[in-house]
Amino acid sequence: MPLKPQTRHKLVTALLLGPAGLWLFFFLVLPFIAILVFSVGKRGPVGGYAPAFTFEQFANLGTRAAAFVNTLELAPVGAFSCLLVAYPVAYYLAVKVNPQRRLLLLSLVVAPFWTSLLMRTYAWMYLLGGRGIPHLLELVGIENVRLINTPGAVLLGIVYGYLPLMIMPIYVSLEKLDRKLLEASYDLGAKPIGTFFRVTLPLSLPGVMTGFALVTILLLGEYLIPQLLGGGKVFFIGNALVDLFLQSRNWPFGSAIAVTLVAVVVVILTIAMRLTWRIAGTRKVDLV
Amino acid sequence: MALTSSNDIEFRSVTKKYGALTAVSDINLSISKGAFLALLGPSGCGKTTCLRMIGGFEQPSEGTIHIAGREMNGVAAYHRPVNMVFQHYALFPHFNVEQNVAYGLRQMRPRLSRAEISRRVGEALAMVRLDGFAGRRIHEMSGGQQQRVALARAIVNRPSVLLLDEPLAALDKKLRTAMQIELQTLQRELGITFVLVTHDQEEALSMADTVCVMSAGRIRQLGAPQEIYDRPADLFVADFVGKTNRIEAVAEAGGTVLRLADGSAMSSSAHSTGGGAGVPNGKVTIAIRPEKMRMSRAAAPGPAFKGRVTHRIFLGSVTEYAVAVPGLGDFLVTEDRNGLATDNMVSPGEEVFLGFPPEAAHVFPVQQP
Repeated sequence: MPLKPQTRHKLVTALLLGPAGLWLFFFLVLPFIAILVFSVGKRGPVGGYAPAFTFEQFANLGTRAAAFVNTLELAPVGAFSCLLVAYPVAYYLAVKVNPQRRLLLLSLVVAPFWTSLLMRTYAWMYLLGGRGIPHLLELVGIENVRLINTPGAVLLGIVYGYLPLMIMPIYVSLEKLDRKLLEASYDLGAKPIGTFFRVTLPLSLPGVMTGFALVTILLLGEYLIPQLLGGGKVFFIGNALVDLFLQSRNWPFGSAIAVTLVAVVVVILTIAMRLTWRIAGTRKVDLV
Repeated sequence: MALTSSNDIEFRSVTKKYGALTAVSDINLSISKGAFLALLGPSGCGKTTCLRMIGGFEQPSEGTIHIAGREMNGVAAYHRPVNMVFQHYALFPHFNVEQNVAYGLRQMRPRLSRAEISRRVGEALAMVRLDGFAGRRIHEMSGGQQQRVALARAIVNRPSVLLLDEPLAALDKKLRTAMQIELQTLQRELGITFVLVTHDQEEALSMADTVCVMSAGRIRQLGAPQEIYDRPADLFVADFVGKTNRIEAVAEAGGTVLRLADGSAMSSSAHSTGGGAGVPNGKVTIAIRPEKMRMSRAAAPGPAFKGRVTHRIFLGSVTEYAVAVPGLGDFLVTEDRNGLATDNMVSPGEEVFLGFPPEAAHVFPVQQP
């Protein structure tokens, strides 16, 4: 029996969205509800969770203030460093490069994703460690150079790991930029530098904002790179979460920290979107 | 000391090559101050390249371009006293109308005062009848309004030359006609040299005081619109500008007799020829405008062909007829309402006699390949 067009339409929609919808429901929405419930609960006698309705976990957030401060410092600083390195690369790929070589260079940008970040970070650990670059420097007479376990090493690891995520959105928005707008700017008397700051940069802001938000959000949960390259001397929210859930088994407190982190992310995202809309003059902001 | 010249733009033996492709080939062209010149031709004829070379977006491969007496080779777009209205306007989407129009003024050195900028922006917006739209975003404006913003953004800088790249192509027909009149008025008021690029012959003929017909990177004819239409220099111009009937013939006896494909002969002495000189013996093409054709139900004196009406296209003020003439091919005839009264219109299927006054026929020798 043939289906009615409306029924058919609904069925197709359900089939298309069903798998992702179910996945997200069971592995994102439900866990998040659980975390919300945990966050207003109490720690059980032997750890884990005991039912309750109290905000005492949130009142205790102050004890992890250092982790929050460190994270809220690392995330934007790391994202901004990424941006500084990524923008010229994206600009080169979108505007300057010979189109025939573009595809090759673009695949080189994403090539590091073919191996796991953990492995690549370990590689950096050895490169920066005593038997790596410092050893080579010693051979040419430069001694006592310390690279591993420094803030510089952490920044290097972060920029290295997150660079493609920053390059891609910026590249996309620069690539879409109408070259006629640049000609119009020259025609009206603006030189290349002025044209960049008054036309190119503002119109690539959606990409910049997307990349910045993406990297910032991921960095809010980052703890591996600081652990491996920074020596674990500085404590981040990521470390706090691992510690609370896996070691001290204080699930409600860990949940409260996670909820707060999500709230911070939502606030950052909202501000970033609003700002982009205002500057780019349109509500059409593509998220990649 | 600069020589005072009445020419605003001069092309001296300008050639532009892209690799193996020659887009513009050895062009010499002088555009006098205050002229309204239209570069007209099919796509790929080099007209846009010429415009972009004036604007400074392309550099000639050979030859020089002078603007207001100064050689412009190697001078960047931002140092040229010209402004351009781009084909799809190229308005800055992140600025509002006022910021778009003020863009050029803000680049001027020495700097203009805020008051001066806002006064001139106001003037320019008034000139294109967009007062009250200063705070609007570009994407809130209609196509016609955007085109006015583009115009205001260019003229506000008081350039010596305004370049227009197919400025009306994106507008609907009614709006296009209205803008044609407005552009003409604006050009007279400002006294700026306008250079317009278009593939639309109607646009070129109606707005410009000089039309430059181009094809394959070369200038085919330069002249006033009437001259281009009434005395086309060659068959290409006759075909491209307006509609044309073509009759293949052979010139004999030193070009004084034209023998048509159906065997009939006509004297060529009264016919105008392309370059003014007579045609040599050999194959020729006779070109006649559809509105110069005479159509009647009875044979009239003068050269006449018998044919049959195949189509009638009523266009309001005029009516077009397609007439098939055995041995000579299809003819297009335009009759205005005074010709044949509406209630007495010739219908498809009817037999008619076609003729034309000899002076309306243009004879061009056929180029031997």
